[in-house]
Amino acid sequence: MAEMLKVEDLHVYYGSIHAVKGISFEVHEGEIVTLIGANGAGKSTTLNTVGGLLKARSGHILFEGKDLHGVPANKVVAEGMALCPEGRRVFQHMTVLENLEMGAYTRSSAEAEETLEKVYGLFPRLKERYRQVAGTLSGGEQQMLAMGRALMSRPKLLMLDEPSMGLAPILVQQIFDIIVDMNKQGTTILLVEQNAQMALSIANRAYILETGKINHSMEGDAADLLNSEEVKKAYLGG
Amino acid sequence: MLANLINGISLGSVYAIIALGYTMVYGIAKMLNFAHGDVIMVGGYIAFYSITLMGWPPALAVLAAIVVCTALGIVIERLAYKPLRSATSLAVLITAIGVSYFLQNAALLLWTSNTKVFPNIFEKLPGLRLGAMQIAPVTIITVLANIVIMVTLTLFTTKTKMGKAMRAVSEDKGAATLMGINVNRTISLTFAIGSGLAAIAGVLLCTAYPTLQPTTGSMPGIKAFTAAVFGGIGSIPGAMLGGILLGVIEIFGKAYVSTQLSDAIVFAVLIIVLLVKPTGLLGRKVNEKV
Repeated sequence: MAEMLKVEDLHVYYGSIHAVKGISFEVHEGEIVTLIGANGAGKSTTLNTVGGLLKARSGHILFEGKDLHGVPANKVVAEGMALCPEGRRVFQHMTVLENLEMGAYTRSSAEAEETLEKVYGLFPRLKERYRQVAGTLSGGEQQMLAMGRALMSRPKLLMLDEPSMGLAPILVQQIFDIIVDMNKQGTTILLVEQNAQMALSIANRAYILETGKINHSMEGDAADLLNSEEVKKAYLGG
Repeated sequence: MLANLINGISLGSVYAIIALGYTMVYGIAKMLNFAHGDVIMVGGYIAFYSITLMGWPPALAVLAAIVVCTALGIVIERLAYKPLRSATSLAVLITAIGVSYFLQNAALLLWTSNTKVFPNIFEKLPGLRLGAMQIAPVTIITVLANIVIMVTLTLFTTKTKMGKAMRAVSEDKGAATLMGINVNRTISLTFAIGSGLAAIAGVLLCTAYPTLQPTTGSMPGIKAFTAAVFGGIGSIPGAMLGGILLGVIEIFGKAYVSTQLSDAIVFAVLIIVLLVKPTGLLGRKVNEKV
């Protein structure tokens, strides 16, 4: 499988705090890769840096061979990488349709229309509610909208930051089913999750982040990690 | 009574156009551009000299004022506010006040403190007779301009891709960036539109009240800011409603209570409205998300 994203020796600081301390990982085309780890391990920081919202102090972010280090988020989208941020961050006062249109900001209107049908196919609920103001949607629906909006830019690689956050278990299952569907339809996924159990159960490969570093003794095949005693102890509650 | 109402609506329309500039910039950049009133004054001077010095027809003079003010708005944003994008709002506010003084003093230097008498550019247009009352052409044009601007801006922000992007930026800059929207360019555009509107407001204001000096923009600027807060800052229809109400209250205050106290009445009404409804008349509550 071709390498789609390759992150090399990434260092990110918040002021003087060294949040991400030289991590390297890669995502291959067609995979679901997950970064798991405790609160504050640097998962979101890593994703936000790859997505261009934060600037790395040093390191490389190679997307399809092109170094995107220092490229701002609004240009990263056009390269084919979309980030669905933590906390959903849908535009609360805009309608569902307007949110989706914003997702397709870098695309022509013909492309947007075509993609809209696909997104409605994945999320029929969004089609039902297209005229509703996003702020009035339920948490699960807002998560669907955030994912649909990210898909509107037709990303090759979709990064999802804590899609299960704050959702009821039945909705979490539904969201993860949709992630698998999106992946089957050809979108490569990089998933950051605190719900390690769920993330490992759908991912091909996984990396474990511990205080800004990847634990290389526990990386690789997600199914293996799900069964590993060490991972069970640390991240799956026994 | 009716004459006062019409005068009030006319003055209020000028406030509304200025308030739109305040409210749009606030909505998007989350800052109060206190130099906005002084951009009005610059617009007034540009139109004045285009007519008196260059002998240009009024339409061309208005266009020149719009072009210069739009450019000025972009330059002010780039030089004074953009470097402070991540600074505290207090620093930005103080800078805005500084820019305001800078513009006033630059005008003093360039155009002196002598009061200029602004020509009546709508002189040749017919007024409107309503019974025994004559409505001046400038009144009609001001109200019409206000309506046209309001409708255009509403259509722009709800129907065009760029306008929707502007609303997206005003809600969440980070999320907007993730959509591929260039936030800096969107902010620039907002300043450009706001300043272009200030030019139009400047010409209308100076035509209705034909004295022009470097401080001409201050008071209308403050009042329009009041109008924007009154209507609900960040809201386009709110700016419109706030502006017109403020104009009407001011004129009625002058006519029926006291000329000296009219400004005090205006601000007293503002205080009462804010006590009862802190978000302004049409403002919406910003829900803090967890």
